[in-house]
This record gives sequence, structure tokens and C-alpha cells, in this order.
Amino acid sequence: MYSYSDFDRAFLAERNAQFRAQVDRRLKGHLTEDEFKPLRLMNGVYLQLHAYMLRVAIPYGTLNAAQMRQLALLAEKWDKGYGHFTTRQNIQYNWPKLPDIPDMLDALGEVGLHAIQTSGNTIRNTTADHFAGAAADEIADPRPLAELIRQWSTDHPEFQFLGRKFKIAITGSPADRAVTAAHDIGLRIVEKDGELGLKVLVGGGLGRTPMIGQVLRDFLPRADLLPYLEAALSTYNLLGRRDNKYKARIKITVHENGIEEIRRLVEARFLETRAEFSGEDQRLLGQIETHFAPPAFRGGNTEAYDTAYAADPVFRAWADTNLAAHRRADHTIVSISLKTPGQTPGDATAEQMRAMAELAERYGYDELRISHEQNVILPHVHKSDLPQLHATLKQHGLATANIGLISDIIACPGMDYCALATARSIPIAQEIATRFEELKLEHDIGPMKIKISGCINACGHHHVGHIGILGLDRAGVENYQITLGGDAGPDAVIGSRAGPGFPAEEIVPAIERLVRAYLDLREDPGESFLSTYRRLGDTPFKSALYDAADRTKAA
Amino acid sequence: MPRPYTPKVVTASDLLEGDVIYLTATDNWTRHLAEAELIEDEAHAQLRLLLAESQPNRVVGAYLAEVKPGPHGPEPTHFREAFRATGPSNYAHGKQTGL
Repeated sequence: MYSYSDFDRAFLAERNAQFRAQVDRRLKGHLTEDEFKPLRLMNGVYLQLHAYMLRVAIPYGTLNAAQMRQLALLAEKWDKGYGHFTTRQNIQYNWPKLPDIPDMLDALGEVGLHAIQTSGNTIRNTTADHFAGAAADEIADPRPLAELIRQWSTDHPEFQFLGRKFKIAITGSPADRAVTAAHDIGLRIVEKDGELGLKVLVGGGLGRTPMIGQVLRDFLPRADLLPYLEAALSTYNLLGRRDNKYKARIKITVHENGIEEIRRLVEARFLETRAEFSGEDQRLLGQIETHFAPPAFRGGNTEAYDTAYAADPVFRAWADTNLAAHRRADHTIVSISLKTPGQTPGDATAEQMRAMAELAERYGYDELRISHEQNVILPHVHKSDLPQLHATLKQHGLATANIGLISDIIACPGMDYCALATARSIPIAQEIATRFEELKLEHDIGPMKIKISGCINACGHHHVGHIGILGLDRAGVENYQITLGGDAGPDAVIGSRAGPGFPAEEIVPAIERLVRAYLDLREDPGESFLSTYRRLGDTPFKSALYDAADRTKAA
Repeated sequence: MPRPYTPKVVTASDLLEGDVIYLTATDNWTRHLAEAELIEDEAHAQLRLLLAESQPNRVVGAYLAEVKPGPHGPEPTHFREAFRATGPSNYAHGKQTGL
């Protein structure tokens, strides 16, 4: 993985020193809050419902063990012993004190991490497939390009004051585990006539006006990535609306001007930007690529795995859900679930972070990933190490076998933490997971993605959940709307609203009715909820939600 | 007849810790809603808010929050203010630890 150069280290140290001085001036009263706020946001510091919040970028979701240990140290030393992994491959600390934050940033800097551009109207952390560099179905590892984007976009003078925030996601696999179609720009590595290039999507996004990205360029040669991004960003920077915050994202610019006009403008600008790039970016990319060479995979047989799989049903259940195909047959990708039923989705304690760091060192070639689904990944594990790895995970409460199942819920922090939220998300996720744990139906239900947002901004990706839940404030009461049929995959779909919302105490029974209806309606256990929904449409599911005899009262 | 004024408290975030604080009748700041000054007059509320806003080195984002009188002091009327007064529901990490 990428390790910082002297230039990177010096840049970060200087930036952190600047922020330390800004905090000091704020505390001494030399800066007003209005003056300080944009400065703190540029460095990932929010003021939330109960405390400050520090959002730290995990670039394209990749960490090494030393970095994970440092995240644990921050949690213990300056927070309340845990951190929250988010849908944008960041980690959030919910309880820092303002005077401590410069020390936290310096500690992050020691291991090559930062919080720059995790907020504000800038290019945010570029997210990537959490199986990057490991997946069997991958065309190429997208992370060198993601790192190139990180270096180009960090402190880019032209793009520090965009009309609105700007999110880029990249995948190297046709399976698209990075939800590229729901990003301002989505990049998909594709191959044409033996050459690697990028399919560029633009104008996707969730939030109050959810839209699926449209194809801006079918095939962009890899070497043209930065000049093309620069062309797209500068087109948006000029054309994007600044009169209305809610119309300022590029998805609205694309919607209002049409994809053809946007394409024309970007391509015209691209002729200029391409001429300005001297090739230095490609030299840099070449350097970056050396950092992402695959580890020296060890050989050896996988008998220990086969034996445990045959003998231990708990191990087998975990292996069936939490492992994914690695590009080497004797290795596998391990997903560590941060979704134990009843726990807060995406939270890990300092002790758990250290345990995962230790496992990454012992069995995983010192690599970890954070998924946008709020789980932790060990991307390269030799299969013979799995029984011991699983045993250690169990000791730390990390062996939940539920990846891709109904209790593997995405949930934003909601009104338990977020100042923007209109309702809580976490307790709803906890209750749904706990209920289906009691019912012992989870494995029978099969693939199911429930995604919960506590406000219309949709950090919990509810629009692309098979079942989406949106928490709102209806006349001073928490109320939850259900959307059905969303899909975050390569052919992403925005779900449809099922109907009126449910009060908090009715949402879990409503989800249960929906799921029981699916179990009755499916043709066979192999037909997933989403397939059944697509085959039958929403009528029987709406009926289950709203016509059921056991419904106590109308919403 | 004018509508009766809904009682308010002045609330803000503490500059250093970022946590929820309330203005008391004696011009101090408290971390407990029950100790906040219950304000039942609109003009007085505006004066109290001005006092809060004149302390930018102590508080951030002061505003008037709706409350109702209770046996032990002001009580929240909206769930958002109830969460601010107690803390998150997933962990006892907020003010509920001291309540």
C-alpha cells in the first residue's frame, strides 16, 4: 500500500501546524465561529448534537495494521473507546474535545492518515471497492488511480471552493461493490481491445434528489484520467448552481443541462486540460503503482480449512457468509462483520481494532480494508489460516456470520449523533437485527440489504437498499418511510416509496410482515427478495405493509 | 387575543467540549436542562439570547429551544431536544451518565 514520501509528510505536518494555530486563535477569541467553521470543516471537524466529531479519511478504504492501531489509540486516548466506520470509508470519532483535536491530527499524521477534505465543498475521500486488489472478478486494482486522485485533489487550488461537495468512487470489477452510480463521478475500470481504460459516470447521487449516474465517457484511456477529471470538475465549478444549496450538486447540473451538453463542455475543456498535463502525473502513477504490488502470497495446502469446514458448523456458517472469492484459489477474502445483532452498525472498540490489526499482521499480509457497508475486510488470507483466525475473531466478538444478510444493515449515525438528522437510525437497525436473530430466519431469507438513513441526505444509502428506511420528523414524532427494490450494484436502481411512513414502534413489525410476505411469495429458496420483488412488482409487498389484519393502527 | 408564548430555554454548545449547555437565571451555563432558566416572555427571551450570543468564547450556536415547565424544571417538548438533554440511545456516553 501507499507509504508517504518526505514531501507528503512535510505537507501534512505543515497543514496540521496551521490547524493547531487556527484552533489556538479560536480559543483565544481571535477568530469568530463564523471565521473558524470553514477552517475546521476543511480538517474534518464538525460540531454535532452532543459533541465535536472528527471524521478521518481512510483513503479508498485501505489501512495497514499500524494505522488501525493508531485509530484504536485515538479512540482510547481522546474519545470514549470506540470509533464509527462510515459509508464513505471514513472513521468518525464522536466525542473529541476541541483543544485535543490538533494532537489527534498529529497522531494520525505519524501513520500517514489525515482528515483533510473529509468535509466542506471539496473533493472528498475517493472511495473504492473494498475487495480491490484481491477479488477474483477484478479487471485491475483501482487503488493506484484512487491514490493518484487523492494526491491530485488534496489542496487542489481550483477545487477548494466548489459549489458543493464532490464524491468520486472507483471500481476495478464489473461487480461494482463501490456504488459508483451513486457518486458525483463514478469510475469503472474496463478493458477494450486489450487496453485498460475507464468508463466515466457523472451525476449520480442519493440525498433529497436521488439520481443514477449517466455515462459521460464510455472509454477513457487510463493516462487521461486526471486531465479528464480536471475538465469535468472545472466544467461543474463554472456551470453548477450556487444560488441554492439543494440544487448545487453536479447531478442537478447534469439534470438541468442534459448529459449531451455536459459532455460537449467537458470534452471541449478536456482538450485544454490535456495539453496542460506534461506527463508528470503518469510518472507519479508509475511510482504509486510500485506501492500496490501484490504481497508475496504464500503457498501450502488448504487441508486445515477443509477439515474445519466439514467438522465445525459454526465455522461453516461463518465461512459460507463471510468469505469471498480471491484471485488465488488458496486464498480468500475475509469480511469481519461489525453488525453483531444489537450492536451499533459500523462501531468497533479500540480493543477490537487492535485485534483486527493483529490478525492482519499474523494472517493478512498487513492489509485491512473498510467497506462502505461498514465492515472490515482482510483482503488476503490463506485458507489454512481461517480456523485460527475465526477462533480469534470469536474471542473479540467479531465472528458474526451475517455478511449480505438481513442483519448486515447500513445505518447512518442518525439523531443519536448527527446535527442534521430528523430521526434516529441506530436503534431501528439494532431492533431489526435483534428481531431476526430471535426468529432464526436470517439464513433462510438469504441476500438482503436493509439500509437506514436518519434524514433525507441519505448517508445510510436507503434509496439503494433492497429495503430502504428513511427516518423523518412528522409533527414532532419520529416516522419511518420504506422504499422497496433499490439496488446498489452495477445496474443501480433507486427504490420506490412504498407508502405512508410508520412510527418507530411499528417499523420493525412492518419489516417483518414484508419479509414474511417475501418468504411466502418466492418461487423457491434460491429466489432472493430483490428478484421476487422484480418479478411481482410492489403490489403484494404494499399489501403486506398496509393491508395486514394484524396491523394495529394506521400511520 | 395574542397566542400565549411557548416557554423557551437558551441552549448552545460548549466551545471547548462541544456538549450541550443551557443558560441559567443567574447568567451561568449548566449542563442540565432542569437547571436552565425557564423563559416565558418573548422580549425577555430575546435579551437572554443576546446575552448568550455575546459570549462567543464560551458558547457556539446559541438558540431558543421550546420547553414546558415540569416539577423539576424545564422539560423538552421535542424529541431532538430530549436527545440533546440526555445523550445518544445506543450508549450511555452522554449526559445520561451524570443524570
